Amino acid sequence: MSGSLAASDLSVRYETPHGAVHALRHVDIEAHPGEVIGIVGESGCGKSTLVTALANLLPANARIEGSICYNGVDLAKLDADRQRLLRGDEIALVSQDPMTAFNPVLTIGDQLVDFQHHRKDLGRAQKRSRIAAMLDRVGIADAERRMDCYPHELSGGMRQRVAIAAALLTDPGLLIADEPTTALDVTMEAQIIHLLRELRREYNGIIIVVSHHLGVIAELCDRVYVMYAGEVVEGGEVDAIFHDARHPYTQALLACDPARFHERLERLPTIPGTPPNLTLPPSGCVYAPRCDRAFAPCVSVAPPLVKLSTSHVARCHAVTP
Amino acid sequence: MLAYAVKRIGLGLLILVLVMVAMYAAVFLVPGDPATVALGPRATPELKRLLIERMGLDQPVWWQIVEFFRNALTGNLGYDVWSNRPVSALVMEALPNTLILGLTALAVALLIGVPLGCLSVMRRGTLADAVIGVLSVGVIAVPSFVVAIYSLLVFAVTLRWLPAIGAGEAGDIVSQAKALVMPAAAIALGWIGYIARMVRASMMEVMGEPHIRTARSFGLPEWKIVSKYALRIAIIPTISLVAVGLGSILSSAVFVEAVFARPGIGKLITDAVNTRNYPVVMGTVLIMTAIYVSITIAADLLIARLDPRVRDVFRG
Repeated sequence: MSGSLAASDLSVRYETPHGAVHALRHVDIEAHPGEVIGIVGESGCGKSTLVTALANLLPANARIEGSICYNGVDLAKLDADRQRLLRGDEIALVSQDPMTAFNPVLTIGDQLVDFQHHRKDLGRAQKRSRIAAMLDRVGIADAERRMDCYPHELSGGMRQRVAIAAALLTDPGLLIADEPTTALDVTMEAQIIHLLRELRREYNGIIIVVSHHLGVIAELCDRVYVMYAGEVVEGGEVDAIFHDARHPYTQALLACDPARFHERLERLPTIPGTPPNLTLPPSGCVYAPRCDRAFAPCVSVAPPLVKLSTSHVARCHAVTP
Repeated sequence: MLAYAVKRIGLGLLILVLVMVAMYAAVFLVPGDPATVALGPRATPELKRLLIERMGLDQPVWWQIVEFFRNALTGNLGYDVWSNRPVSALVMEALPNTLILGLTALAVALLIGVPLGCLSVMRRGTLADAVIGVLSVGVIAVPSFVVAIYSLLVFAVTLRWLPAIGAGEAGDIVSQAKALVMPAAAIALGWIGYIARMVRASMMEVMGEPHIRTARSFGLPEWKIVSKYALRIAIIPTISLVAVGLGSILSSAVFVEAVFARPGIGKLITDAVNTRNYPVVMGTVLIMTAIYVSITIAADLLIARLDPRVRDVFRG
């Protein structure tokens, strides 16, 4: 079963002894079955908070406002037990670091059997044969024997494949891959991207890929949301974002991607300045202090979400449709 | 794993030898020779010489140690100076009582302490967590002989539910079990607190690790995450603590056996020390050290069994 996902006016803040950190502010995103959605932004922009909120895994000090509608149900309003029952059934998360994602003292097979706990109709032997088939599917040779390995006996790339297999085993309507290739070397990264590309052809649910790596997003996704300082600053089809970026931040981000340079540079370009302090988010545009096109209203008035085409939006005073 | 076991056992044997050397050195340094103490001040020199020869005290100390180990290998730990009975027989009579007491206390402490620690983690920050925390510190602070004396007053003297002294009738399991309740509880109480705190502390750390988030992201119920995914890692420091603590459990058995007049190693060794009954002291210390060393080795092997990463370090 799979349905659409829509987060509207979603805000998350973390209560800390030094005041509240507004990690996510007024975020609107949507995704439909069969789509691959990319979320891109630099470290600390709120992309991990966003997917953690979607997976209902926020820590106890997080306060959530707005709604996350999945399949017509507002996830943010469900009680903890109902949320737990959705995880590993309708919603699966492929975690960030495959090196530490699995329990070190239990075998892979043992953990993957447990992760299928929603399938009360299957016995242990059936669950194990599903695991073997899925490990084989994600490109792990000798799957039967690998099941009895402990995580530290597998390489990083293999563990990431196991993590993807674990998520797919639950047959989720919403698959979230949080930085799926960040902890891997380039060769492994290419292999995992290849695997994810293959999977998306057979998979009917929603896939959300989070990355700070523009190349990964460009290769995998249909639509992209660009995040900055807890806000979605631009969103649209992958072509529109990569070839017709309108928000100054997206343009600056693309200009800094080394993969897009045609010749070797002496110094890598950077965006001057630092992201704002999220304990006291600015009243105007969050990007204004670093923006080279900022003018008077940018500092004091929050920019509107400007609709540039049916799917392309940007939150900026300087853009016009 | 085998190489690891052999290494640990070899080290254990070395510890046994060192402990006995230290014991002999202590006897050698204490003023007054054991024969005079044993026979009293008015013994004839002939009689004294006879006893000294029989106990081998005229030999050099290193030779006495070699002889002791040679005899120990054949099961002969020497003879009681007073009753002339073999020390091995005395130890074998007393040992089961002490072992049953120590192991029952330990089992009770683990069976209550570990679940309390887990409960504390599952209910962290709530009233239940705070109550368990305060009670744990409370029971650790109370010495076991105090628990022994007060439980004696309440349950044996006032309520008359449980026998005050002894280890129960031979062959009667019910009376033996009744006699075990108070001494075991006296020893276990503090350990419940230690174990609950230890399990809570190490489990809190494990619960912050990314693999616990993975288990949560698959919607596993919290009790299963705690009891299977976290406990298997968090229990490891507790096993080391309990193995080392067994020494203190056996030494608190000395007081508790004294309070309840319960026959056992504790009573045997205190009596032997008071009467300078050296062969009994030596034999008992050897057996206790051997038990202590074996438990430490068993704990190390159990840890290697529980954690595949430790197992791999020692493989090959």
